[in-house]
Amino acid sequence: MTTYAVTAVGPDAPGEVAALAEALEALGANLEDASMTRLRGHFAMTLVASLDAPLSAVQSALESAAAASGLHVSVWSVDDDAPPPTVGRPWRVTLHGADRPGLVAGLARELASVGANITDLSCRLVGELYVMTLEVDTARPLELSRVAERLGVSVHAEPADEDVL
Amino acid sequence: MDLDVRHAPDPVLSTVCPPADPRSPAVLALAEAMVDLMQASPGCVGIAAPQVGHALSLFVLDVTGARRVESCAGLVVLCSPVLVSCSGRDVRREGCLSVPDLTGDVPRSTAVVVRGLVPGSGEERVVEADAFEARAFQHELDHLQGLLFLDRVAGAHALFARKRYL
Repeated sequence: MTTYAVTAVGPDAPGEVAALAEALEALGANLEDASMTRLRGHFAMTLVASLDAPLSAVQSALESAAAASGLHVSVWSVDDDAPPPTVGRPWRVTLHGADRPGLVAGLARELASVGANITDLSCRLVGELYVMTLEVDTARPLELSRVAERLGVSVHAEPADEDVL
Repeated sequence: MDLDVRHAPDPVLSTVCPPADPRSPAVLALAEAMVDLMQASPGCVGIAAPQVGHALSLFVLDVTGARRVESCAGLVVLCSPVLVSCSGRDVRREGCLSVPDLTGDVPRSTAVVVRGLVPGSGEERVVEADAFEARAFQHELDHLQGLLFLDRVAGAHALFARKRYL
């Protein structure tokens, strides 16, 4: 059994998730984690699946499934080790402000400089408004007022600890 | 009575629970065992009967000492509870003993009134709750309707892997 990572990007249309999932099912794959969204209207999906077939067979099957819709598909094998324990606690970070180059780089570099690890990220440009939402694991409380001032945007960070019920 | 916590996808967690007879000795014994389990489980503030394998409309709840508590009714044990009223709304991240590897952002009412029957006496008890306790009541009431927080998450990207800490 081999674990594969798959990305598919292209024009969005109904039935694309079904076509990819059916191609994997036909190979006997177990589709594990997956994330799909639309990025400025483009279909974008990333998934991890385990199956007993060579890389060339997986690539061929998915390219055939995606050909009709014009999706670009990439496949490669990955190790399936369990993720390492998390250092720190989860925080939720949001940024919003007037769009300009360097917002993602500026915030991400600031987070990296304090050892915080981005575990989920979404960015949206709507007109002149740029919005980022991030999930971050951090060993110490985040203080992001300086980077917000430097970038000229609003940045808000708060712990995302869960209530266990 | 030994109780085991059931984990999704155990079908008992997706079962709509029938009413529990508050005067039944078996129901009283189950309720007492659930209270014992809750109090013996670190951080646990509530257990619904289906979480221990019993499809019965019964839960135990006690938020005493938990973080973010505003109202606190102490130990609440109710048969066949119903949500009388609810108001307000916020979104918080929830986890569940029965879904140990995931958390999710879940919208809930911020204030509730819950009514049910006390095991043993069969008397009616009405509890008003807000903030964390209100969320806990709604979480346990959902269990009795066969719903997990997974059924309530705020969107396709509102579900997260539960962290494993060093």
